[in-house]
Amino acid sequence: MQIVSAIIQGVLLGGLYALFAAGLSFMFGVMRLVNLAHGALAVLAAYGTLLLVQAGFVSPLLAMLVIVPAMAALGYVLQRFVLQRTLSESPLPSLLVTFGIAIIIANLLLVTQSANQRRLSLGALDTASIAIGDIRIGVFPILVLAFAVLALGGLSLVMRRTQFGRLVRAVSDDAPTVSLMGANPRHIYAIAAAIAFGLVAVAGVANGVQAGFNPSSGDMLLIYAFEAVIIGGLGSLWGTLLGSMILGVVQTLAATFDATLFQLAGHVVFLIFLIFLPNGLIQRRVRQ
Amino acid sequence: MTTHAVPPTPTQAVRVAPHIRRFTPASIVGVSVALVLAIVMAVLPYYVPIGSTRQLTDLFVYIILATAWNLLAGFGGMVSIGQQAYVGLGAYGIVTLVGILGLNQLLAIPLVAVACAIIAIPISYLVFRLVGGYFAVGTWVIAEIFRLVTIRFPELGAGSGFSIPPMAGVDRDMRIAIGYWAALAVAVIVVVAVVLLVRSRLGLALTAVRDEPVAAATSGVNVVTARRLVFVIAAAAAGAAGAIVAISALNVQPTAVYSVQWTAFMIFMVVIGGVGSIEGPIIGAVLFWILRELLADYGEVYLIGLGLLGVVMVLVAPGGIWGLLTGRRRVNLFPIGYRLDRRTLAG
Repeated sequence: MQIVSAIIQGVLLGGLYALFAAGLSFMFGVMRLVNLAHGALAVLAAYGTLLLVQAGFVSPLLAMLVIVPAMAALGYVLQRFVLQRTLSESPLPSLLVTFGIAIIIANLLLVTQSANQRRLSLGALDTASIAIGDIRIGVFPILVLAFAVLALGGLSLVMRRTQFGRLVRAVSDDAPTVSLMGANPRHIYAIAAAIAFGLVAVAGVANGVQAGFNPSSGDMLLIYAFEAVIIGGLGSLWGTLLGSMILGVVQTLAATFDATLFQLAGHVVFLIFLIFLPNGLIQRRVRQ
Repeated sequence: MTTHAVPPTPTQAVRVAPHIRRFTPASIVGVSVALVLAIVMAVLPYYVPIGSTRQLTDLFVYIILATAWNLLAGFGGMVSIGQQAYVGLGAYGIVTLVGILGLNQLLAIPLVAVACAIIAIPISYLVFRLVGGYFAVGTWVIAEIFRLVTIRFPELGAGSGFSIPPMAGVDRDMRIAIGYWAALAVAVIVVVAVVLLVRSRLGLALTAVRDEPVAAATSGVNVVTARRLVFVIAAAAAGAAGAIVAISALNVQPTAVYSVQWTAFMIFMVVIGGVGSIEGPIIGAVLFWILRELLADYGEVYLIGLGLLGVVMVLVAPGGIWGLLTGRRRVNLFPIGYRLDRRTLAG
């Protein structure tokens, strides 16, 4: 029973990881940029929400109505005016700049906030659970998983079916040609960054309710998101969801045997995939 | 083409073999100054207070770390944010060899460096499956795995760290001086090794791939072997640096030695000094060391400043300080390139 419960918890935890991974993998898919500040940005959004709640916003959900658009705007500006300048054949500049941004955010939070673990509260929803036999399943994690599936599904639908999605894919394939057709690739990239930042803000708040956070917890969030993307297979949104769930299940299963194994087990399953299935679960044709 | 091009035979062409030189005026001066500096540094502990000796040990550690990271990223094109894996491994190598087995400290440093190199070989097969940014995070995961495995050993002090007993029969000043000489020796070895590597066939291959990947590939450059060698050397250097840190601090904390901050510092030094040159990382290390001595009391604010400076540098001056100093001229203080001698060409 304990094992079944752990598997269910793991799948739900996977929903949270998928939310993190979606933004990371989306930005890489569109502009070949690995955002090393991804985890730090999630933590930044969580602190922003915390500050708004302390300033009188009734609930983190209400505060998100401000934080998510604010983070999306930050994404647009950062991509348009900073990250755009780092895009080149070599991944070096973009990695250095995003890593620098991660360090700046983490230390800014350390200076202005304390190093203590913080948590966002949704009141009764924090601990609400559904009982099925002996197993209790948290309501909030279910909501997070549902949102993750909706977000991934919505994103993949937008990318495949809409004019905007076609534009994004076209820019990602061949930006110079698209700019000849009158579209502005810089604007498209910035919008893609805005979407990714908005997603990571939601993920940061969800993580703040579910697990809590401190100024340096962004590192682990980035690593988990990355592992989920690699396990699932680069470029596949549904692969990312599957990879997130595998990561979550392995972590919670290992933790039922020995709580200190939670992190290590996740890393080891990532290594196993890297050795035996380096292209991930869902392999995608490589576009040139 | 109606006529076949006739290959010139030796009798047709009047050939004067051009004189190609390794050493330029700049590199003759550079190597001489470096040599004198190394000798002065070697006798310095006899003349300066012991506190300065200790601070200079840190400088040598920074030069080792920056030079090794630059070899990896600047020449090998591999942006790793997991070099703390080998810093930690090096420190725990000293814990094992010196703290537990009671080996001589100076003997332990090369052993630890070799051990790190050997461990880096299988690791390279894993992380080389990832490219670009994913390689970067992959190396970080490896470092995390090393940390999490290390703290599972109660013999190594688990999560609370390990105190290494000082060498018997050696007083405190001599102990610090020995750490200093070890650090100086490793720094010289690493810089010389990188100079030799960069001017070797493998180094040329790496530079070719970095600057013009397609042309290099069509010329049949085997880049994977070259990159693996670079990865292994960088791991050995970071391991030696970790060993020196452990010997001079005599206390090893897992969260400190496996901290990603090591790599953040390496990146900062290389970016500020100038990525892809031999001189840049050394300049960056010196500057970082001075900044740290002056501003370390400001803690996080200081780190924010470093981060901002690094980001601005990448955007505004990607060549770093060395790039700003040399501009478009190609100046090498170390004999890494070849120069065609103009006098022989004219004559």
